[in-house]
Amino acid sequence: MIYRESGQYKTTYETDTQIFPIAQDRFAVVALLVIAFLVTPFVATPYMFSAILIPFLIFSLAALGLNILTGYAGQISLGTAAFMAVGAFASYNFMLRVPGMPILLAFVLGGICAAMVGIAFGLPSLRIRGFYLAASTLATQFFVVWCLTKVPWFTNNSSSGVITAQQIEILGYKFDSPAEKYLLVLAIVSVLALLAKNMVRSTVGRSWMAVRDMDVAAEVIGFRVMRTKLIAFAVSSFYCGIAGALFAYCYVGTVEPEAYNLDLSFRILFMVIIGGLGSILGSFFGAAFIVLLPIVLSMIVHVTGLPNSVTSNLELMVFGGLIIFFLIVEPHGLARLWQIGKEKLRLWPFPH
Amino acid sequence: MKLKFAKAMIVSAVAATTALTGALAAAQEQFIPILSYRVGLYAAGGSGFYGGAIDYFNLVNANGGINGVKIAWEECETEYNATRGVECYERLKKKGGGASLVEPLSTGIAYGILDRVGVDKVPMTTLGYGRSDAANGQVFPYVFPLITSYWSQAAGMIKYLGDKAGGMDKLRGKKIVHLYHDSAFGKEPFPVLEAYEKSLGFQLVKIPVPHPGNEQNSQWLQIRQANPDYVILWGWGVMNAVAIKTAARVGFPREKMLGVWWAGSEEDTIPAGDAAKGYTTMTFNTPGNYPVIDEIRKKVYATGKGNLSDKDRVGSVYHMRGITAAMLWIEGIRNAQNKYGKGKVMTGEQIRWGLENLNVDEKRQRELGAANMFPTIKTSCQDHEGSGAVKVQVWDGKAWKAVTPNWIIGDRAMVQKMVAESSAKYAAEKKITPACLPG
Repeated sequence: MIYRESGQYKTTYETDTQIFPIAQDRFAVVALLVIAFLVTPFVATPYMFSAILIPFLIFSLAALGLNILTGYAGQISLGTAAFMAVGAFASYNFMLRVPGMPILLAFVLGGICAAMVGIAFGLPSLRIRGFYLAASTLATQFFVVWCLTKVPWFTNNSSSGVITAQQIEILGYKFDSPAEKYLLVLAIVSVLALLAKNMVRSTVGRSWMAVRDMDVAAEVIGFRVMRTKLIAFAVSSFYCGIAGALFAYCYVGTVEPEAYNLDLSFRILFMVIIGGLGSILGSFFGAAFIVLLPIVLSMIVHVTGLPNSVTSNLELMVFGGLIIFFLIVEPHGLARLWQIGKEKLRLWPFPH
Repeated sequence: MKLKFAKAMIVSAVAATTALTGALAAAQEQFIPILSYRVGLYAAGGSGFYGGAIDYFNLVNANGGINGVKIAWEECETEYNATRGVECYERLKKKGGGASLVEPLSTGIAYGILDRVGVDKVPMTTLGYGRSDAANGQVFPYVFPLITSYWSQAAGMIKYLGDKAGGMDKLRGKKIVHLYHDSAFGKEPFPVLEAYEKSLGFQLVKIPVPHPGNEQNSQWLQIRQANPDYVILWGWGVMNAVAIKTAARVGFPREKMLGVWWAGSEEDTIPAGDAAKGYTTMTFNTPGNYPVIDEIRKKVYATGKGNLSDKDRVGSVYHMRGITAAMLWIEGIRNAQNKYGKGKVMTGEQIRWGLENLNVDEKRQRELGAANMFPTIKTSCQDHEGSGAVKVQVWDGKAWKAVTPNWIIGDRAMVQKMVAESSAKYAAEKKITPACLPG
């Protein structure tokens, strides 16, 4: 009933190929964006902004980046946090060393640096696959963090390797309060998510999927495997780099390279697995799930008055259980569950 | 109809006022958020430290609070994880009439909330860790690396090694290995050690241990080849016990090892077993027993309010550190009350003043039942550290014993100069004009 599509006819190619072919979806997305941009900034508390919404958006972007690489192009990566670190430290250095550098440009340049690192470390993917590729991306993770701690130039000779993000200022307007930072992050994430959604529907995205499903076959039908894989690495790292820069500038403020450690890479991988491999929406679901679950659990435990240690152990158990559950029962994650629900709704209440 | 409406307004307004005053009466409690970690790799340190702090809060409350103001607190588990810690801080900063102060006991979390505490006006103490240059209160008005920072500690270490060698000039030509946890924490003392290397003429060999440090064979092989006179162990967590055990295996005398104070607790030495005998570390507490700890045993643990499940840990290194921290916080709040009104709940700004004008001398320590438990502290706007003194302790196989009867102070002038330089650089980067905040 809710998802009744009768009466929605597609009479032109444009309507047939639009992003959200169902009118209800279009309406829902627009409503969501309107709420996120126009309502939330006025109703949410600073706690909501800085502890939930901003990290959720930033992790969504990182998960989106990884999803492009792992979910769409089928190249597994354990180096997500490293690409984020490159983005953050590159943006920091552009801001520091180039006078009058606009911050958005610094973010983009940071993302481009991350993309270049991604291409360099994506080269082994031409020869190796699966577990071996995972191990080589693991090398990225350790190399980048090592490099950032070893070369003092990257951290402006800070003895402890810690950088402090500069003030965010766009066209003379200072982004100070959590609500302003939230809006900035939201704007960047919305634009990049829209781009990604379009990218995966275009030739590039289809070539990624072809390579993911079988690279020999993809080569036979005329996709250049090397180019496709490297583009996937570049785009994915670009997204992660921007997420890393936002992490430093809009979320924590002062960062040490150690903040971008292997743990973070794994967390983002879990987001992608739980959210759904090969789904833009899934990246958001996964990030929401992983950001919110510990908070919700700790609040529940707090209300019930159990000791704090129970929360954390409970959280580990719930996470472990869920990951195994999803890998066995629903490898396509929350996004797939959503899709099934949607299919059901489209037919309900007359499934025949 | 109109009258009815007005009546309803008045009634609800009265109700609201009574509710508000009721809330105010109930808010006669000073709220302190506890960003603790009791699970994960560093649980041993976190549970002991925060257990000690909460035990001391219970003691203060049992004795009638601070001039009648009771302390309230709420724990939030950070798992020593920076993003988790930021969330906890954000969650608790407005609770209970606003957070009085915060102590994350984690470098990562401290960095994550460094910018926020200034905006939110919540003082943050970083007892014995964190940014050393935050000792400059003109640039970091809300950050208090109380007692001593990493730089002061590194200076203290070299002073102790110099004294041990029979004079600072005797260090010339000696070889010192800095075996460190490869992170911001392990690299923090670099500037001080390098400056000493230049001025005293010893040879400094820096050997990193990747996190978490549960495998150090190659590092210790390197140390055995270098055959240094001393090894500084700048470790944390599992790395410490492994270092001690590996040192024993390669036959490096533990007496020549000098640990940082995060490498100097029962949790570091007991897992290493007999290998730890004779191992020395820095500390800012004199090990032993004190009247205040007896009082905690009597008034808190005997009534079943004790925070540690294992009573044997009462008075252990981390527990004592927690008590020390809580004692200084309470002294800060008491100090603020002396200025802004006794028996009132203090705001973060007022407590900031209290911590900035702290003066815990020997007389005050005796009154608190903690004579010589920690160095005397006198803070000011220029000096948020307040002391810089450290002590060396040795593990005799069963317990820690103080090696140096007196507190050791390294080259204060040099450290303060470095603090000034580094904080000026930070101020320039952040476009802060250094200034003391008015009381």
